[in-house]
Amino acid sequence: MTRTLSAPVTVAFDYTRSTGPVLGRFLTGLRDAKLVGGRTSEGKVVVPPPEFDPVTHAAIDDFVEVAPTGTVTSWTWVPEPVAGQPFDRPFAFVLVTLDGADAPFLHALDVSSPDQVSTGMRVQVRWADERVGAITDIAGLEPATGNGPTAVDAPEGRLGENPVTGVITPVSLDYQYAASPEESAFYRGLNEGRIVGQRCPTCRKVYVPPRSACPADGTPTAEEVEVSQTGTITTFCIVNVPFLGQKITPPYVSAYVLLDGADIAILHLILGVPADEVRMGMRVKAVWKPEEEWTYSLENIDHFEPTGDPDADYDTYRHHL
Amino acid sequence: MRDVAVVGFAQRQMEEFDGSPTCVELLVPLFAECYEQTGWTRRDVGFWCSGSSDYLAGRSFSFVSAVDAIGVIPPVNESHVEMDLAWAMYEAWLKIQTGEVDTALVYAFGKASAGVLRRTLALQLEPYTMTPLWPDTVSLAGLQARAGLDAGLWDERAMAEVANRSLTDAEKNEYSVRKGGSSVEELLARPMYADPLRKHDCSPVTDGAAAIVLAAGDRAREVRDRPAWIGGVSHYIDPMSMGTRDLTRSPSTARAAAAVDLDGVELAELHAPFSHQELILRHELGLADDVRINPSGGALTSNPMFSAGGIRIGEAAQRIWSGEVSKAVAHATSGPALQQNLVCVLGSTTEGASN
Amino acid sequence: MTKQPAAVVGVGQTHHRAKREDVSMAGLCREAIDRALEDAGMTLDEIDAIVVGKAPDLFEGVMMPELFLAEALGAAGKPLLRVHTAGSVGGSTAIVASLLVQAGVHRKVLTVAYEKQSESNAMWALSVPLPFNMPVHAGAGGYFAPHVRSYIRRSNAPTHVGAIVAAKDRQNALRNPYAHLKNPDTTVESVLASQMLWDPIRYDETCPSSDGACALVIVSEDVAAASPNPAWIHGTVMRSEATTAAERDQVNPQASRDAAAALWKQAGITNPLEEIDAAEIYVPFSWFEPMWLESLGFAEENGGGWRLTESGGTAMDGVLPVNCSGGVLSSNPIGASGMLRFGEAALQVRGAAGEHQVDGARRALGHAYGGGSQFFAMWVVGAEKPSN
Repeated sequence: MTRTLSAPVTVAFDYTRSTGPVLGRFLTGLRDAKLVGGRTSEGKVVVPPPEFDPVTHAAIDDFVEVAPTGTVTSWTWVPEPVAGQPFDRPFAFVLVTLDGADAPFLHALDVSSPDQVSTGMRVQVRWADERVGAITDIAGLEPATGNGPTAVDAPEGRLGENPVTGVITPVSLDYQYAASPEESAFYRGLNEGRIVGQRCPTCRKVYVPPRSACPADGTPTAEEVEVSQTGTITTFCIVNVPFLGQKITPPYVSAYVLLDGADIAILHLILGVPADEVRMGMRVKAVWKPEEEWTYSLENIDHFEPTGDPDADYDTYRHHL
Repeated sequence: MRDVAVVGFAQRQMEEFDGSPTCVELLVPLFAECYEQTGWTRRDVGFWCSGSSDYLAGRSFSFVSAVDAIGVIPPVNESHVEMDLAWAMYEAWLKIQTGEVDTALVYAFGKASAGVLRRTLALQLEPYTMTPLWPDTVSLAGLQARAGLDAGLWDERAMAEVANRSLTDAEKNEYSVRKGGSSVEELLARPMYADPLRKHDCSPVTDGAAAIVLAAGDRAREVRDRPAWIGGVSHYIDPMSMGTRDLTRSPSTARAAAAVDLDGVELAELHAPFSHQELILRHELGLADDVRINPSGGALTSNPMFSAGGIRIGEAAQRIWSGEVSKAVAHATSGPALQQNLVCVLGSTTEGASN
Repeated sequence: MTKQPAAVVGVGQTHHRAKREDVSMAGLCREAIDRALEDAGMTLDEIDAIVVGKAPDLFEGVMMPELFLAEALGAAGKPLLRVHTAGSVGGSTAIVASLLVQAGVHRKVLTVAYEKQSESNAMWALSVPLPFNMPVHAGAGGYFAPHVRSYIRRSNAPTHVGAIVAAKDRQNALRNPYAHLKNPDTTVESVLASQMLWDPIRYDETCPSSDGACALVIVSEDVAAASPNPAWIHGTVMRSEATTAAERDQVNPQASRDAAAALWKQAGITNPLEEIDAAEIYVPFSWFEPMWLESLGFAEENGGGWRLTESGGTAMDGVLPVNCSGGVLSSNPIGASGMLRFGEAALQVRGAAGEHQVDGARRALGHAYGGGSQFFAMWVVGAEKPSN
């Protein structure tokens, strides 16, 4: 048995970024297969244009179109690309100063071995087939040919029409989430149909779930205490609002349930009673999912439902609010 | 300025921590070590400050449960920076300077192995035109290394010398996750990984945590015979853009160095996650040839995100406490390719402790 | 060694909106910064150090965004700090910035806090499901609603008090040119008629999701001498406790009570209700006004808060005008919300709050809280230089 339980979790969102006028101008250019730099107060053409001048701090408003060809000023080999990078085969990240610019920018160079890249080499832009106004409209860089970049269909009209004002950036990160050893004991108990807490050796309070540090005194909880599957609703909320990532369909009651034998309430669902009949002090018991559905999760308990016993006296739980 | 010293330090570093990304179970024994070193309880600590990152943990508010490890009844005077431990220490140093408190315990933690660190750190870049390409940390460092190689500012041998010395020194550091020096020739014979970097030029992914205890004046003298007095602490940031800054230099390090007194420094703990970065830092700090560099093995052999910078301060302080040296400099970095840098001078006397 | 005097001489904020699609993150911050600098009569080049605050990085999907923002914020070549203390962060950030001056390290410090919530979805960012756990919370509202219920039970509050707060703050917002929500028709009745979202919290009793930023210029005594109306910092406090602990008081947390006691002591205040002329209190859900009034010592526990609110005591013309700016209920760029409270308090004592100015305000409270009511940051600013 491993010391701790762990499971994968993905944190993913497609961020909607508004670009402001300067980056918008640059991205509008990319969409139209043009490279736009900004001229700084010192007269340097920088690609992508900095939003604010490094010296005067004023917004950059002098834009210059530069060439889709340039010179490598530094490079590094990427032997094991990670997800999201421009190529899924080994490639080089390069700093390239485009012709007409005074400072290099970062992108990926599509060559098959480090022998094919060198500082000072000439490269050109390879445009993506479909361009939306994003840095990935440049599919990558490639060694320069005599003819320059392959021409692409640029939209008719003047540069900057229907300017790009936003860009969507998908961010998806995979993590392996581990529970602490104390939490793992709790989840393993749930896998056996038990609700297991631990007592803090310093303040003697029973924590459910157990804690790596008792928040009152910083001592890890230790002595295992199996608590009752029956308890008291201390307080609750009726959730009527749907939200992204929600697993339970509203309306539902989320309640703090102080299990008999525990000194801290757990948060869970209340079912088996109309939402508007749930009360502070109501006595409830755990209703488990069928055993074959059990995992190492608090979700093994499907919900709590009223026991039908009289409500607990306010004084028995008022210190848990 | 008040005389403030580092009087406690504890650390954990490992390749893969199997516990929770909140690292509470790592912090509890670290705090216990700090109490043992100082003879204090948590109630003797006037101010707490931590450093960590939500994206490292993969969840919002990843730092909130860390205060459990303190034990927060009664509640505490506490703050958090989304930065390395060294900057958390800086905030605590400020707090002590105001006279509001006399003591502080600062800590940081990070479980880099919870995600794919090379991808996670791509989120640290300019989000409109850089992150969508997912440039990884190693690649950005590689561009920097190449710039210096091309300019003739350093060569592969100099980088290998840094790696070999670090790996050799790491053998004596129980916390280093990579160790074992050989020879410069042997290292140079190893294959390129991310040309121009070999694997030993890059720090390993490291999980860990660390804590530093600060105390002012007599509170420090009560704890140790030779407190590590902070002679000066200074930090600056450079622009992020890889295109408009000279990657072979670190102006923010030079600026921070100019704000402190490095005269007579015998030892330097430099936060250089890549071998060539140590060369840049040595140059910017103007360290003499006889200054001992990274006797701990440095971040090249063990680089726990968000505590590795502060660990440099702790490592330097330990060598002041022991009498091994009388004056040392510690450095911490943050951001891609040495973007942000902090320099802290430690000494065995309070002389020059004000900057 | 005592704290060096420090004062706010510049306050700037953005026009807060659900979506500021006209600006980037840097542009949003600069809008607030440029206004603060103009107010202070300074340029970015004069600034010694910059302190940035914002709430979770997952909101914008950028890890430590201050790094990429450094140059646009004018921080390149300067010291830069990044604070993150959950919802209290705007207040904590202002306090860290003031430390830089109070410690005697810097003379002119710029601080900026922002959130661009429209880049993602706060409910998602705050509720990313974790393995093994049960995702029963529904964002911040779902988290705080049970504790509001506890307050109502404990204090026997009539259920319309939350609506009084919401209607008051929304009306106050009409006097604030920067406020996000501008609903002239909001009344107690309309709030009560709005949908019950997280029972007992109604839709109109919740804060909006905003894009926005706030910036302050905090300076030393010698620099403040040049300002016609500095807001002197009379006290700053931060306190933290655990999110959950056995028998933790989640309605009136000890960290809040301790922080308030320490703050009043620092500021030399013995009767806050009499001595504070205006308060900007972090009220993201309407019921938190009476809850914090009690916790902060403006009213008796277990009912004094709602009675003060119900009596009109917290209205613009009341004994303690609370959230004359419209508060968090009218504008909520999360990371900046705390700094907006601190900045609005400074505007009041500088006599610079415009249409929502409280006549003759001399001392004001700025307040922020975060996490599960566990992180607190507060300051008192005054028109007079502190004597203590």
